Amino acid sequence: MSGIKAKHQRLVLVLIALAALIAAALLAAWALRNQASYFYLPADLVARPPETGRAVRLGGMVQAGSLKTAPDGVTVHFVVGDGKARVPVTFTGIVPDLFKEGSGVVAEGRIAADGTFMADNLLAKHDEKYVPREMKDMTEAQAREAVKETS
Amino acid sequence: MIAELGLATLWLAAALALLQLIAGALALTARGTGFVGVVRPSAVVQGGLALLSFLALIMVFVQTDLSVKLVAANSPSAKPLMYKIAGAWANHEGSMLLWVTVMGLAGGFVALVEKRLPERTMLATLAGQAFVSLGFYAFLLFASNPFERLNPVPVEGQGLNPLLQDPGLAFHPPTLYLGYVGLSIAFSFAIGALVTREVGPAFARAMRPWVLGAWIFLTLGITAGSYWAYYELGWGGWWFWDPVENASLMPWLAATALLHSCSVLAARNALRAWTVMLGVVAFSMSMVGTFLVRSGILTSVHAFAVDPQRGTFILALLAIYIGGALTLFALRAGTVTEGERFAVTSRESARVANNVMLTGSLGIILLGTLYPLFTEAFGEKVSVGPPYFNPMTAIFVVPMLAVLAIGPLLRWRRDSFGRVRAILLIPAALLVICGVIAVVLAPGKVLPIIGLALAPALAVASILPLRGRDLRRVKLPVWGMVMAHFGVAVSLFGMASDSAFTTERLVAVRVGETTEVGPWQIRLARIEPVAGPNWTALEAVLEARYKGAAPVFTHPQSRTFWAPVQNTAESALLTRWNGQLYTVLGEQAAGDRWQLRLWWKPFVPMIWLGGVLIALGGLLALLGRVASDVKRLVARDKIAYRRERQGR
Amino acid sequence: MSSTGPSDTGPLAPARRWTMWLPLALFALFVALVAYGLLWPASKEVPSRFVGQALPEFDLPPAAAGRPGLKRSDLADGKPRLLNVFASWCIPCAVESPQLARLAAAGIEIDGVAVRDRKADLAGFLERNGNPYRRIGADDRSIVQVGIGSSGVPETYLIDGRGVIRYQHIGEIRPEHIPLLLDKLKEAGL
Repeated sequence: MSGIKAKHQRLVLVLIALAALIAAALLAAWALRNQASYFYLPADLVARPPETGRAVRLGGMVQAGSLKTAPDGVTVHFVVGDGKARVPVTFTGIVPDLFKEGSGVVAEGRIAADGTFMADNLLAKHDEKYVPREMKDMTEAQAREAVKETS
Repeated sequence: MIAELGLATLWLAAALALLQLIAGALALTARGTGFVGVVRPSAVVQGGLALLSFLALIMVFVQTDLSVKLVAANSPSAKPLMYKIAGAWANHEGSMLLWVTVMGLAGGFVALVEKRLPERTMLATLAGQAFVSLGFYAFLLFASNPFERLNPVPVEGQGLNPLLQDPGLAFHPPTLYLGYVGLSIAFSFAIGALVTREVGPAFARAMRPWVLGAWIFLTLGITAGSYWAYYELGWGGWWFWDPVENASLMPWLAATALLHSCSVLAARNALRAWTVMLGVVAFSMSMVGTFLVRSGILTSVHAFAVDPQRGTFILALLAIYIGGALTLFALRAGTVTEGERFAVTSRESARVANNVMLTGSLGIILLGTLYPLFTEAFGEKVSVGPPYFNPMTAIFVVPMLAVLAIGPLLRWRRDSFGRVRAILLIPAALLVICGVIAVVLAPGKVLPIIGLALAPALAVASILPLRGRDLRRVKLPVWGMVMAHFGVAVSLFGMASDSAFTTERLVAVRVGETTEVGPWQIRLARIEPVAGPNWTALEAVLEARYKGAAPVFTHPQSRTFWAPVQNTAESALLTRWNGQLYTVLGEQAAGDRWQLRLWWKPFVPMIWLGGVLIALGGLLALLGRVASDVKRLVARDKIAYRRERQGR
Repeated sequence: MSSTGPSDTGPLAPARRWTMWLPLALFALFVALVAYGLLWPASKEVPSRFVGQALPEFDLPPAAAGRPGLKRSDLADGKPRLLNVFASWCIPCAVESPQLARLAAAGIEIDGVAVRDRKADLAGFLERNGNPYRRIGADDRSIVQVGIGSSGVPETYLIDGRGVIRYQHIGEIRPEHIPLLLDKLKEAGL
C-alpha cells in the first residue's frame, strides 16, 4: 500500500469529521435558540405571548384568593401576577411544600390556546432538596425576581 | 487542639508540595540532578500529611467540637455517627480538603508504585501534580479554612439537610471525588509527557490504570447519584440535565474517550497528541464542573460557596492550570511526532469515531450548560432542559453505539467490513426485529424506539468478540470490555423502556378506595402517623396487587423533619424483576382524600444495573492490567538478577 | 501501508499546527464568559433597586415573647438603625449573631424580621445565640422580606431616620463587615 493513499484517506476522514462537527455545532446553536425555555413575568407573557406549545417558565406571585382545587383533588387552578398583569395557571400534580397563596412561584410549562398557562412543574429544578441553607430561600428568590421587576 | 493540628499538617503538606514542585523542576535541569532523590519522597509524605489533616477534620466532626465554625454550621450534636463523619465533607471547606487529600494521596501513590515511565517524565509529572495541588492548598488555606474557630462557642450545631441524611448520599461525594481528582494523575502525566516530549506506548500503559481507576469511581458515582435523585426527589425521573449532574457527566465522557484512545496509543502507538490532549481535558472538565457548581455562577441558590471571591479564586486557578496546560499542549503537541498509520477500516478508526462522538456529546452538554450564562450576559433568562439535551446528545450517542457494536470486532491497523459482515448479521437482524416491535408498542416516540431497537442488538454484539475463543484463555481486560459494553446495552434498555412504557397515575383517593396504574391495582389501606429519630410522618399503607396476585404492601411517607424544619415526600419503591412501582404520597385533598402519585416503570432498574456492570467491567480491566504489569515487573527483575549473577 | 511514519510532512501538517491552539482558544472563551458572569452578576443581586427607596407599609405581629412586633412607623422614628432579616432555621444567621451582639453593644438599634419561623424554634434560637433585637416581627409568609427585596436570609438593611433603605448587606455579617456598617450608619446620620 502506498503512503499517499493512506494520507489521502486520512484527509478525507478528517474532512468528514470536520464537516460533521460544524454541522453539529450549527444544529446545537439552532436547538439552543429554539429549545431553551425563556423566563417570563406575567406582564411579559401578556404583552408578548410566546407561541402556544412552546416550553417557557413563568415566575410571579400566587395571587391571594385565587388558589382553587378541582373536584378531582389533584388539579389546582391559580393566578400568577406581578402587579401589572395576571395569568391563570393550571397544574396537575402534587404541589411543592412551600407553594401557598402569596408566595412566589416559578411554573414550567406552556401557554394554551385560551391563554391559560398549563404548568408541568412548579418551582425550578433546583428546589430546596439539594442544600439546606437555601431551602427556604428558593421561593423568596423567585418571588423577588417578580417583585424587583414591578417596583 | 485537633483542629490546630489539622491546620498545621495542612500547612506542612502545602510546604511539601512546594518542595516537590521546586525539586522536580530543578531536577529536570542539567545541573539539578541532586534533587532527583527528593521528589518522590516528598510526594509520598505530602499525601500522608494531607490525609492526616483530613482525618483531623473527621475527628473534629466526630467529637462535635462546636468551637470549630465548620462543625457548628454543619453538625448538630444528636446525629448518628455515620452522618457526623459524612458531615466532614458535606460542605464546601471539607469537600475541598477531601479534594486536596485525594490529590495528594494519588500523587504519593504514583510516586511509590509507578516505575515504567522514564525518570524525567516521572519527575515532570510529580512536579506538575504538586503545582496543581499547590493552587488548591492555597485556596483552602487562604479562602476556605476548614479549621477556623468560632468565638463564642455555640451550644448547639446546625443540622444537615434531611435529604442529605441518607447512607447512599453520605458516601456519594467521596466516590465522585475519587473519580474527579483521580483524573488529575492523567493531567499531570500529560503535562510530564509534554515537558519531556516522551509520548508513546510506555506513557499510555503507565497512564491507563490511573484513568481506569478514576473512571470506575466516576461511573459508580454517577450511577449512585442518578439513583439517589430518582428515589429521593420523588419526581419519578432519574436524570434532570441539571448542572450538578452535567458537571459529573462531562469528566466521565472525557475519561471514557481517554480510556479508548489510551488503548490505541498503548497498543499501536497512534493518536499521540490527541491522547495527551484528552488527558488534559478530562481533569479540566472535573475542575470546570466543580467550579460551575461551587462558584454559584450557574445556580445562585444551589451551591455551597456563593461567595464571588471564592468563585474568582477558583476561576484564577482554572485559568492558570487549564490555560497553562493547553498552552503547553499548543507549543509542544506539534512537535510530538505523528504516530503509526492505520486504515479507515480498522479498530483504530473505530476508536477515533468513538472519541469524536464522545467529545461531541461532551461539547453539546457543555454548551447547553453554559448557554444560560451566555444569554444572561445579554439580559435574557433561559433554562436549557431535556428538549435540548435529549435529541442533541442522541445525535452523537446513537452513531457511537453503532460503532460500539462494530469496533471491537475489527482488527488493529487494517481490516475489511467484508470479514465482519457475516457476524454482524445477527445483531443487525435483531435491530430490525426489535425496531419493528418497538414501533408497534410505543408508536411515535422516536428516541425510545431507537433505544429499544438498539439495546438488544448491542447486547449481542458486545458478546461477539468472545466468539470462537477459548474462554479460559480470554484475558481479563477483554472480559472487562465485554462486560462494560454489555452494561451500556443494559442501561440503554432501561432508559428506553422507562421513557417508552412508563405509566403514571395521579389521583386523590379516600381510604379504602382502589386505583390502577399499569398492571397494578392499588388500594389505600390506611394513613397512619409514624415517628423517626428526627422526623414525624404521615404514612400511607398501600396494598398493591400485580395483575390480581397476592397483595404486597408499600409505604410512601410525607415526612416533616425538625432541625431544620422541612417537609419531604419519601417515595416508596416496589421492585419486581420486570420493573418498579414508584409511589408518592401528596397532600390531603378536599373530602378526606389523599393525593397519590403512582408510576409503573417497566425495567427501570436496568439503568443502574447497567451502570454497575460498566463499572465492574472497568474493574476487571484494571485488575487484568495491574496483574500483567506486576508479572512484567517480576520477569524484568528476574532477568536483571540473572544478568547480575552472570556478570559476576 | 507504511508501518513507521514519524513524518510531519503530510498534507495536514500545517493545518495541525494551527489546530493545536484551538483548545486554548475555546478555553479562553469560556474564561471570558465566566469571568463576565462572575464580575457582573446580572441578576443574582438586586439590592440597588431598593436602596434609596422608602420601606413599604407593613405591620408584623410579635414573633418572640418579650419583644414587640414591628411596623413601618417603628423604623421611621428619626434614628438610623439596622433591620435584620433572619430565621432560626438559617445557619449563617447563627454565625452572624456575635457580630449583631457587638453592634447592639455599641448602641446600634437592631430590629428583626423572622422569616417563616415557628415561635418555639425562634425562642430556642434566641436563647442559644443571644437576642440583640429591640423588636421582632413575624413574617410568616415572607411578605415583608420580599417587599424589601431580600433574596434570602440573613440580610441586613440600614434604615435611616425617615424609613428609607440606605444600604443592604446580603449574607451573614462577618467581623470584617462591622466597620463598613458603622461607617454607613454614620453616613446615615447616627
